[in-house]
Amino acid sequence: MIRVALPFHLRTLARVDDEVRLEVARPVTVRAVLEALEARYPVLRGTIRDHVTLRRRPFIRFFACKEDVSLESPETPLPDAIANGAEPFLIIGAMAGG
Amino acid sequence: MSGVRVLVGTRKGAFILNADAKRQHWEVSGPHFAGWEIYHVKGSPVDANVIYASQTSGWFGQIIQRSNDGGKTWQPPGTSPEELMGPDGMPKGQSNMFLYQGEVGTHKWYDGTQHPWEFKRIWHLEPSLTDPETVYAGAEDAAIFRTQDGGKTWHELDGLRRAKGQLWQPGAGGMAVHTIILDPKNSQRIYVAISAAGTFRTDDGGMTWKPINRGLKSQSELPDPDAEVGHCVHRIAMHPDRPDVLFMQKHWDVLRTDTAGESWREVSGNLPSDFGFPIQVHAHEPETIYVVPIKSDSEHFPPEGKLRVYRSRAGGNEWEALTKGLPQKDCYVNVLRDAMAADSLEPCGIYFGTTGGQVYVSADHGDSWNAITRDLPAVLSVEVQTLP
Repeated sequence: MIRVALPFHLRTLARVDDEVRLEVARPVTVRAVLEALEARYPVLRGTIRDHVTLRRRPFIRFFACKEDVSLESPETPLPDAIANGAEPFLIIGAMAGG
Repeated sequence: MSGVRVLVGTRKGAFILNADAKRQHWEVSGPHFAGWEIYHVKGSPVDANVIYASQTSGWFGQIIQRSNDGGKTWQPPGTSPEELMGPDGMPKGQSNMFLYQGEVGTHKWYDGTQHPWEFKRIWHLEPSLTDPETVYAGAEDAAIFRTQDGGKTWHELDGLRRAKGQLWQPGAGGMAVHTIILDPKNSQRIYVAISAAGTFRTDDGGMTWKPINRGLKSQSELPDPDAEVGHCVHRIAMHPDRPDVLFMQKHWDVLRTDTAGESWREVSGNLPSDFGFPIQVHAHEPETIYVVPIKSDSEHFPPEGKLRVYRSRAGGNEWEALTKGLPQKDCYVNVLRDAMAADSLEPCGIYFGTTGGQVYVSADHGDSWNAITRDLPAVLSVEVQTLP
């Protein structure tokens, strides 16, 4: 079971209070996680990555086990700690200040 | 008992303001979609309980929301849990998918070079006059989309961008279809206005469009002041009884056409400034119109720090200041193009919202004003539904 932590506004949109838990077949990659997430919560389609190009939106980052994996290929396997649910996969929105 | 429901879009969420027909005591609900920019909220003229909202974010992109109960609950179309087990299979989650049709093409960029069209957000939602499942959406970068399935899927009417779209150029606020007007007497005729391209009309339901900007002059903005396209039209308005008469607030100048846009003439008359954003027509008097003059394109606030709505009862040229109840010193807010509306009660109610977060109502067609609420986030849009 994969654990996915969403930013506040996407939790609100998906109407979830906490981490999302998803079944994802191995190898667990960013693409596989996002596909499982969007299948479970269709309202999130287009909010994390583009509908057509599937490219990550510019102000979104992906963190795994204290590493920023945003720029890695979405086909790259994620660490075992993500794949076995020991650590959450973090979807992060850029900080907003002012 | 009849009443009104005011739909307010702000920089940080949507608010719904309810009152009875006296329009004196208000209930405020919200924020809905807290923290998101709500560019526009508008109800179906066929079914007042059906309301659509454009919810946007620089982080997460576009969301379309729909309510079937007058704004109490909302759902992005095509994503509800019930649809997970629906006859159409899995929900597609495509209510926020706005794809330009065919070859995307290019428009003029700030520096004069050509730049590809890129979808950014929906500025304006215009529900059909006859079908609550059909809605038109005005997009940045400028395009018009239509849904016929209640917002689940959207398709571009790409003939609009073929009306010299390669010559359109964004202003500082972007390049968006910000106004859509459906002709109540001719279902095939639609008007749109685009900053900074001008006004356009289709007479075949959206297949083909033509610029209708003859008479507009943009001496300070365009190398050819009389260009066919490129004018920064801020807003157009129509009275449903006279769909060939349109009023326009341009970047500078207030204008009218009596020929469905074939030609326009200036009616700025005695306004203290003819720069501004919204323009609104009285619900019962087709020659009574309202504007909110702003000092200039460089100083987006009221002249002299006095917030004044100007009303003409002659279809322009002769204007009177409406000040009772509005701040007449130290006021430096703006009123954006989609932030003025009129109800159809008697007497007609006029509403507007400011970038300072005030929403004002006049229950006597502009003679006097009261703030419904004063401390909302910056107001982007105001619509009103007159309820039976």
